[in-house]
Amino acid sequence: MIGTVKTFSLGGVHPEENKLSANAPIEKIPVPKQAFIPMGQNLGTPSKPVVSKGDLVKVGQLIAEASGFISTNIHSPVSGKVLKIDDIVDASGYKRPGIIINVDGDEWDESIDLSDDIKEDIELDGKEIIEKIKEKGLVGMGGATFPTYVKMMPPPGKVAEYLLINGVECEPYLTSDHRLMLEKGKEILIGTRILMKALNVNKAIIGIEINKLDAINHLNELAKKYEGIKIQPLKVQYPQGGEKQLIKAALNREVPSGKLPIEVGCVVQNVGTAFAVYEAVQKNKPLIDRVVTVTGKGVKKPSNFLVRIGTPLQDMIDAVEGFPETTGKIINGGPMMGKALISLDVPVVKGSSGILLMEEGESKRKPESPCIRCSKCTYVCPQGLEPFLLSKASKLAKFDMAEKEKVMDCIECGSCQYTCPASIPLLDYLRLGKTMVGANIRNRNKK
Amino acid sequence: MDNIIIIAVAALGGLGLVAAIVLYFIASKFKVIEDPKIDLVEESLPSANCGGCGYPGCRAFAEATVKQAKDERHLEGLNCPVGGNDVMQTVGKILGLEVEQQAPLIAVVRCNGSKANSPAKINYEGATSCTFAHALYAGEGGCPHGCLGLGDCVVVCEFDAIHMNDELGLPIVNDKCTACNACVEACPRDIIELRKKGPKGRRVFVSCINEEKGGIAKKNCEVACIGCSKCVKVCPHDAITMDNFLAYIDFEKCKLCRDCVEVCPTNAIHEVNFKPRKPKVPKEEKPKPKEASVVETIAEAAPSKENKEAPKEN
Repeated sequence: MIGTVKTFSLGGVHPEENKLSANAPIEKIPVPKQAFIPMGQNLGTPSKPVVSKGDLVKVGQLIAEASGFISTNIHSPVSGKVLKIDDIVDASGYKRPGIIINVDGDEWDESIDLSDDIKEDIELDGKEIIEKIKEKGLVGMGGATFPTYVKMMPPPGKVAEYLLINGVECEPYLTSDHRLMLEKGKEILIGTRILMKALNVNKAIIGIEINKLDAINHLNELAKKYEGIKIQPLKVQYPQGGEKQLIKAALNREVPSGKLPIEVGCVVQNVGTAFAVYEAVQKNKPLIDRVVTVTGKGVKKPSNFLVRIGTPLQDMIDAVEGFPETTGKIINGGPMMGKALISLDVPVVKGSSGILLMEEGESKRKPESPCIRCSKCTYVCPQGLEPFLLSKASKLAKFDMAEKEKVMDCIECGSCQYTCPASIPLLDYLRLGKTMVGANIRNRNKK
Repeated sequence: MDNIIIIAVAALGGLGLVAAIVLYFIASKFKVIEDPKIDLVEESLPSANCGGCGYPGCRAFAEATVKQAKDERHLEGLNCPVGGNDVMQTVGKILGLEVEQQAPLIAVVRCNGSKANSPAKINYEGATSCTFAHALYAGEGGCPHGCLGLGDCVVVCEFDAIHMNDELGLPIVNDKCTACNACVEACPRDIIELRKKGPKGRRVFVSCINEEKGGIAKKNCEVACIGCSKCVKVCPHDAITMDNFLAYIDFEKCKLCRDCVEVCPTNAIHEVNFKPRKPKVPKEEKPKPKEASVVETIAEAAPSKENKEAPKEN
């Protein structure tokens, strides 16, 4: 028995799941010859390098520190010599500052506990835990890469009541969280306990969609030992992994427009983050690797890899026996929210969750035709917006209208564009609207 | 029958008369006293309402002009780019003030990353908006500073002065440009600049804004400025500055000698509307009779159309 299956009420779509790599155990990938570590790996301000050219670094050594409130530390994922501190081409083709390290052996920092034993007792108190999370450079592993420690400190006057752990993984194709829950279930639960202690809450809910029944059963079995953790099965519905949708599904609470989950007494963290918290607090290990799914219909061996941050994507493509000739697009992330890559020389970063090699046929967009006013986009919008109206407003540069119609509440899930029978690039225009309205709001606040 | 018509006419006429009297008194009571010069100035303006002067429409510009003329007795800082000097002279006459002549400006697209010079490495499919594409990625050719070719500048132009050339994938400005600044503001990459139109429309400019190191810039685009500083050294007027591996020609100082155009190794410096250059006479042939040389020059110059068409501006 897994209990009642819940879901969110407004909108949503059901794309083909294509979880090809669900049965592939997490494999370790060899350390790269050269690691490229971009400085902007979190939402907010980029980090500031603290090493210089020619320095010898060990795995886990601090190489860049936070440069503001919403910023994180970065630790060396490899050991070797700093080749240079220069610009690195990122996934969008722009150059961003970064550190390039020539790898030499694999020597770890002494303070990191490398043993396989699972450490159950939480020795640190709440404040120390948050300090540790901050020091070890943790960010949200779901993809948005918001610094974890900021989320753990509710603003004055707001009290957290629930901790929600996001194991939904509603993006088609991706399976990294699924595998992590199956293989590191105990660590995730201890990580959850640590987060509960830091937040001072006694109720935690792990939300998992029922297409991952094995993970639900596995965690249910393990969770008996841990007080206050409930596994909540959820109906398969995209975009349930959005934090607002998850809160609605699990607790039937609605986050008000323009507000954060803490407004309704919730803090949401990804299962990957819970695992990273366990490693940081119990093992003293900074965030230097993560699980990345490499998948696609033409891929010979869809896999889940545990890779070091900074590994070039090419190394992972080689590990799945090269990329098929039928590939039309290489996507960083899942097919719904991911972005197409322009080269394979870009490195894995803290927010990479998957590499999707899309087939030629399925990757091409259909030609755009005029809107037929079918209002399907409005039906499927999980935020209750009117994508056809917002996209039109952005297209015609009526950004004040887009703002009034709440374009900033868009979570960029892409359900509207997925469902549009006229193949209008709705999400593109919504993103444009968000960029412009965001800039307008910032300018207004400055004045 | 007659009676009814008379009554109707009298009633309506009376009503009209009463209303007219009431309206007359209300109008004289709430009359807005406005400087009649505002209307005169507005009439002399081009009525394009483009906002190029920095005011929301011609009426607002007229009001601002009259106010400044009254308060400060000069018209400095006010200019109608569409009307140009002629209109500003007329405005000056109406207000009884001297107006300084201003050199006309024109929008200049500082990118030559055409489909041939910067071949596409990837295909973009998505919203036709430069602002969106700029936030998304570096561009099909890979240059993070170059023109994205999706035509945000073309959409905002109210004067039919800028068009996308499909062959090049770049926008081209024609003579209808009034320097209203709309395209400059629309371009998310700040490629378009307002520069002096120059005597007879002749101007010299660096057609690149890539601030990357030479090798990297050249990798993505054949005609990128590589920051070699040859033009800075050769310029006799100190008009060229080099910042972040990018040359910039100050159009106030430039005397249009075109020395820089000759030395540029990547043809990143463009000359527009110049007569075709005389071919350089090799040193050995110098003692040739003068007449022959001239004839040869003209004969060669006539068909050399490419030289005129090479720059992407008209």
